[in-house]
Amino acid sequence: MNITVKFFASLREQIGVSDTSLSTDSALTVLQVWQQASGQDSMPENTLCAINMEYVDVTAMAGDSDEVAFFPPVTGG
Amino acid sequence: MIELKEQPFDPLEELQVFQEKLPAGKYGACCNFIGSMRDFNDGHTVSKMTLEYYPGMTEKFLDKICQEAREKWPLLDCLIIHRVGEIDPNESIVLTAAWSAHRDASFAACRYLIEELKHRAPFWKKEDTDSGDRWVSENTPSDQ
Repeated sequence: MNITVKFFASLREQIGVSDTSLSTDSALTVLQVWQQASGQDSMPENTLCAINMEYVDVTAMAGDSDEVAFFPPVTGG
Repeated sequence: MIELKEQPFDPLEELQVFQEKLPAGKYGACCNFIGSMRDFNDGHTVSKMTLEYYPGMTEKFLDKICQEAREKWPLLDCLIIHRVGEIDPNESIVLTAAWSAHRDASFAACRYLIEELKHRAPFWKKEDTDSGDRWVSENTPSDQ
């Protein structure tokens, strides 16, 4: 299965990539997606996560064709 | 209605154009919030700002909070406009507005829209300051 991964704002700059994809034999937790896509064991404090554009926590499961996004606290408005 | 704009917009003109499409005689109150770019922040002069967003999720989230506001209060309609891309000082960043028959619902809904947007909508500000570029790490609390 294939999972699309996106990083935004300061996280994109820290990791050095905006979009990537993971090929995996089974579904992954959001934390596992982070670890495999970023190469970092732990996620920066206050990182926000989404699957298919809905907020989730790091224990949520991502599967085939899902889009997982990671970004810092939001600062719009 | 929600809209993201890459170019400067006039919030008062947007309010007038939107309001003219509402049913005449049915609304008695409109509250709005307009956020503009300052030329200072956190002790530094800011000469430019870039607003990044998550295409797809940002629009979806703004639609969601408009829907939530309409479920919470008896509104005729609500409007959110937000800039993205490069912004200069004094330009409008955001407009939220809510129309209702009476003032209480429009006050409450307008505040709800801007606070939800600031706390949860996926936008990120990067400032060009007199000491270099920096990402804004968090928004000011709602009581400031």
